[in-house]
Amino acid sequence: MSVPLLAVDGLSRSFGKLVVLSQLDLLVEAGGIHAIIGPNGAGKTTFFNLVTGALGPDVGHIRFDGSEIVDLPSYRRTALGICRTFQNIRLFGSMTVLDNVLLGLHCRTRGGLLTPLVGVPFRRPRAEVGARERAGEILELVGLAGTAARSAVELPYGQQRRLEIARALASAPKLLLLDEPSAGMNTQETIELEALIGEVNRRGVTILLIEHKMSLVMKLSRVVTVLNFGQKIAEGPPAAIQRDPRVIEAYLGSE
Amino acid sequence: MFAQQLVNGLMLGGAYALVAIGYTLIFGVLNLLHLAHGEVFMVGAYVGLALALAGFPPWAILAGAMLAAAALGVLVERVAFRPVRSRGSHVTPLITTIAVGLVLQHVVVKIFGAEPVAFPAPFASAALDLGPVTLSTLQLLILGTSIVLMVVLEIFLRSTPTGMAIRATAENQTVAGLMGINVSLAIVITFAIASALAGAAGVLLAWNFTGLSPFVGVKVGLKGLAIMLLGGLGNVTGAMAGGLIIGVVEVMSVAYLASSYRDAFAFAVMILILLVRPTGLFGARLQTG
Repeated sequence: MSVPLLAVDGLSRSFGKLVVLSQLDLLVEAGGIHAIIGPNGAGKTTFFNLVTGALGPDVGHIRFDGSEIVDLPSYRRTALGICRTFQNIRLFGSMTVLDNVLLGLHCRTRGGLLTPLVGVPFRRPRAEVGARERAGEILELVGLAGTAARSAVELPYGQQRRLEIARALASAPKLLLLDEPSAGMNTQETIELEALIGEVNRRGVTILLIEHKMSLVMKLSRVVTVLNFGQKIAEGPPAAIQRDPRVIEAYLGSE
Repeated sequence: MFAQQLVNGLMLGGAYALVAIGYTLIFGVLNLLHLAHGEVFMVGAYVGLALALAGFPPWAILAGAMLAAAALGVLVERVAFRPVRSRGSHVTPLITTIAVGLVLQHVVVKIFGAEPVAFPAPFASAALDLGPVTLSTLQLLILGTSIVLMVVLEIFLRSTPTGMAIRATAENQTVAGLMGINVSLAIVITFAIASALAGAAGVLLAWNFTGLSPFVGVKVGLKGLAIMLLGGLGNVTGAMAGGLIIGVVEVMSVAYLASSYRDAFAFAVMILILLVRPTGLFGARLQTG
């Protein structure tokens, strides 16, 4: 096996007495699509929060691209190449579509947050002009060309989900975490989403996917990890997972 | 007469607006009140006084007051907000900032004395006759400075990466962090900007009233706080509009009614507006439009 992009080792987290994640080991290979499934409350979203730094673990290590990131704040992890979308959409509602994407690009612009304080204040730095072009390309990729000037909250639901992906892509992630990207989508929208995720992956972005729609998981992912009550109960290629009796009992059987 | 009073009111209101914008920016990013903001305003004015007495030109007085206030604001964030932000309740920073405000008042009393002092005019002002309105060059400077600062701030928040990062932080700190924004730095920059505007307002009002006292921050701070409510919590445009309205009402009540009730009229108008629009003139979030 090649060097994993993300290596999680003995990761645990509890809230009070409730153990949400227990001694989780997980390797995400570079270049693939890796799905995490499991019943509600299995610890999937908590796992995402730990990887992105929104939460700290009780114990455990997270190595990304070979270096330990467990003590880094969120924005440093984003700069290293980890970005996510949210199960419940969390766009910046007071901003335009374009601004949402530009915001994601800022950690890639030289100088980051302080850029305009060191540049000429009223002439956009060259990096900023490039950022606008790049934002346009990303919006086109996710199928939102032409919506740039609209307010983010005005977009229909399915497009808001795409904008979340666009905003995350703007930070040029190596690893993109998608938290139930198809939630609330109809069949047609789900098929389009599947194509988009595939395209993003072909462009070299490793994808870690939390998803409840089995059709999407089975078609897209190379490896599936199944969590139940904070523990890994199975892992393997989707076809094998579908036949695994423990999984059927814990997850598929309960549907 | 009316046009003249209107200009005077806008002059006063512009300075009020600068103070209120500071409150609203800080409330916007932290959802917390900064009750030493009036004292930051006052210290800015006293730094301006020291520079004026040392013979510096008007632009240097303004710039020095803004820089000093910005540095003080960043210090207040370090001392009174950051240590209690994650652990304390919403009440804790109220108490810590009141404490900082008292300390600042007494430091200034120690250095400059408790008595009101005269604030020298920055230059020999000439009167400009503009038809119905007579404006002194000093008044023009005061009005112009507050307008320019507000326009620059608006552009900054709207269309620079830092401005957008501040707006994103105001809207959702967690998501902002996950999108690669250094939230702590964005907060520090917000404090620096808010405090610099208060420092500028301190000098502008001291020029306007030609005097200064260590306790001037209490009243102006209270007014700024009320103007923030009037404009809508966390709304920059609202703070601008609210400041101008209160400035005009105050001057008009002095001109046409009774001068000793100027604050009563100003606050009465504020209460009336809030009865009709309880969330203030503009929306609820840190927005520019």
